[in-house]
Amino acid sequence: MKIVRPAKAGTMESNDIYIMVYPNENGNEIQLDSIVLKQFGNQIKKVIMDTLNELEVENALVVAKDRGALDYTIKARVETAIKRACE
Amino acid sequence: MRRSMLFIPGNNPSMIQNSPFLGADSIILDLEDAVSLDEKDSARCLVRNALLSLDFNGCEKVVRINSISSGFGYDDIDAIARIKPDAFLIPKATEDDIEEIDSLISTIEREEGFKLGCIKLIPLIETAFGVEDVFNIIKSSKRIVAVLLGAEDLTADMGIKRTKEGEEIFYARSRIASVCAALKVDAIDTPFTDVNDFEGLRKDAEKAKLIGMSGKAAINPRQIDVINEVFSPSFDDINWAKRVIEAYEKAKMEGKGVFALDGKMVDAPILLRAKNIIEKAKAIGLIKG
Amino acid sequence: MINAVKREIPEFIEGYGKVKPFMGAYANIGDVVKTSVKIKSVKPNDKKVLPSIKDALLKCGIKDGMTISFHHHLRNGDYVLNMVLDEIAKLGIKNLTVAASSIFPCHAPLVEHIKNGVVTKIYANYMSGPVAEAVSKGLLKYPAIMHTHGGRARAIESGDLHIDIAFIAAPTCDTYGNINGVEGKSACGSLGYAIPDAMYAEKVVAITDNLVDYPACPIEISQEYVDYVVVVDEIGDPKGIVSGTTRITRDPIGLRIAKLAAQLIDEVGLLKDGFSFQTGAGGTSLAVAAFVKDIMKKKNIKGSFAAGGITGYIVDMFEEGLFKALFDVQCFDLKAVESYKNNKAHQGMSASMYGNPHNKGAVVNNLDVMILGATEVDIDFNVNVTTGSNGIIIGGSGGHSDTAAGAKLAIVVTQLTKARLPIIVDRVTTVTTPGETIDAVVTERGIAINPRRQDLLEKLKDSNLPIFTIEELKNMAEKLTGVPEKIEFEDRIVAVVEYRDGTVIDVVRQVR
Repeated sequence: MKIVRPAKAGTMESNDIYIMVYPNENGNEIQLDSIVLKQFGNQIKKVIMDTLNELEVENALVVAKDRGALDYTIKARVETAIKRACE
Repeated sequence: MRRSMLFIPGNNPSMIQNSPFLGADSIILDLEDAVSLDEKDSARCLVRNALLSLDFNGCEKVVRINSISSGFGYDDIDAIARIKPDAFLIPKATEDDIEEIDSLISTIEREEGFKLGCIKLIPLIETAFGVEDVFNIIKSSKRIVAVLLGAEDLTADMGIKRTKEGEEIFYARSRIASVCAALKVDAIDTPFTDVNDFEGLRKDAEKAKLIGMSGKAAINPRQIDVINEVFSPSFDDINWAKRVIEAYEKAKMEGKGVFALDGKMVDAPILLRAKNIIEKAKAIGLIKG
Repeated sequence: MINAVKREIPEFIEGYGKVKPFMGAYANIGDVVKTSVKIKSVKPNDKKVLPSIKDALLKCGIKDGMTISFHHHLRNGDYVLNMVLDEIAKLGIKNLTVAASSIFPCHAPLVEHIKNGVVTKIYANYMSGPVAEAVSKGLLKYPAIMHTHGGRARAIESGDLHIDIAFIAAPTCDTYGNINGVEGKSACGSLGYAIPDAMYAEKVVAITDNLVDYPACPIEISQEYVDYVVVVDEIGDPKGIVSGTTRITRDPIGLRIAKLAAQLIDEVGLLKDGFSFQTGAGGTSLAVAAFVKDIMKKKNIKGSFAAGGITGYIVDMFEEGLFKALFDVQCFDLKAVESYKNNKAHQGMSASMYGNPHNKGAVVNNLDVMILGATEVDIDFNVNVTTGSNGIIIGGSGGHSDTAAGAKLAIVVTQLTKARLPIIVDRVTTVTTPGETIDAVVTERGIAINPRRQDLLEKLKDSNLPIFTIEELKNMAEKLTGVPEKIEFEDRIVAVVEYRDGTVIDVVRQVR
């Protein structure tokens, strides 16, 4: 899928993650801010990247503000943001 | 067992992931009224991922989809049926809707290799027409396992006032309870909307139970304990049922056809009632075995 | 060396001294010696009221390297610690040890005094906010020493913690040093934590914003211990001192946990006449009290006492006749203050009477049930309430270890996960309370009983409660959240966690 416009999904509420997606020139890129960055930063980035790959996205800048979301929420919010950015 | 069915907003991860541990028998993940129009896609995706990854602790997993007429319903069914929820709750259900949804789900079940008919349906009866047509609605699909009464929309549809005492829905409750008993599906009562009035909730639930409703929807987790309590057999009920069955076993051994307990004749309907209580108590875990 | 909770502890810690390793919760109880105090007795005509804190400091002979103490009944509204330290800093004094029973966010100005070398050592039973962060980052010259409430009383009485000057925040004080906490605009109720300080410090200064004519009755801390009295405009901010009301949680998960905990207490047979109970003021802990109250009323049970920091909710139970008496070391809200003032059987207690393991019997020993919180619990049932999972100090034992050791049934109530962090883990970041004193962990998804308590497991074998092993709960948590990456620490020790008997149960190292 090709990102054609900025889009967002999710909320800043506890156990959620706020995802903003922008078109990106050089491949996929993630900027992550999380309340559990030390403990789960790498895992959160991995889920975001896996979701991008699954949706065959190659040009996304993902800006994520995490409030302790579990993996299923991260995946869902990224999927929604990407779909909104592509339609 | 559907004593309590808890509504959970479909776009709220905190509430979704905690919902299976609040004591409700069924969880209704809501894509309809609890989700704003511009978040329908987001909630659908979240509920789908939640159902795929979370442990629901034995709770029945029900998804309230948007109505077919809203335009969101088709996408909801397509996204959610493919991950095999236990049931869909269908708002403002009509015979036509149920038939259409039944066939859509059948197609998906075939495509996904699921057992045909494994996904159940629960029509939400929330119009005067729905109340009058409830028999035909239930008859319109073999998938239907329960009916949920939605009294807020129903009273709005009829242009009458909704009260805490609920006299205005006596007929709707009675009709649904009777039809559900006739067709052997569960009759789930409308939610009690004052989430801070637990005495009122108890009275309302007891009233519904007396008429023949078998469970009740909850719109706040704090309502669950009261609802479960009301719709579970009491310890007195269980003890009575145990004694009836003991007396029956004894009479059978002694070759007696009829027998009495506490000076009253025990006939087939009473025996059946006792057996039902024991079955229910076992299912809830109130008695072992 | 490795102590009894499997923690690697040095034999000697710079700025702390030789380490006595933790050997077990009850290994170090028996013959003890209390210290003597050097005081200056007064003549009949001596006056105690002084015009300023500075005068009091000079009269007390303040000098470099002294230990000064504070108590925390004014909680996050306290002005006294900051006022006194500002005066001391102005006098150019350095290398002080501050022994505060607790340190709160309102004590942020202390960070500057730490940076400037005015304060180089801290004792506290609990610390949160900027000071705790500064300590965690290694700003304090020597390691902070974290006590329990009972352990602090023990340390003072034994002489392990020698106090040169104790400052008593006095909501009401008379001209000859009699103090109470029930009158005045800064009324906070019981002054239990200040009592060992008053009895064992060489000098005692009462700081009050309500000076009254002699005698100030009722007397909680008496004139025989107080050297000087200083009047200030305000000793604290009433909004921070006591909360208007303490409320039980409305969070459905908190309520679920509380209900399970109350059922557990009932099913193991402890809810009967003579029942004694303590719970913290946190929303979930208080909700346990609410469910316990329901069961007590339903079964018509008359309890013996409730203890600890007292909340309005516990006062309600007492006033409804569910408990014969209350033991109060600190009031958490206005209702508790009111009741402490008016009800005869609402009894004050000192920190020593509350939890000191080295006296002739503390109130914690009489507790049937204690409800505790946790930031982490490990598979040995060790509990951390000292550091967050990021290694920063966010609290401390307070009465946690004392009550856990004393109560017949010590229950930890916690969510299984909080904002993606698993609460039940292989190994807690810091051991505050040893697992041998924790009997059960109750989460919304299940209950684990300490295998040491086979008697409880036996009682619960036909129970409908969701009983799991602690490992099963840990796996459930990790299945949801994943396994967190290990936090890295520097070698430097920033805090020493003492068990209530004065042995070292763990150390906190500087966060990287």
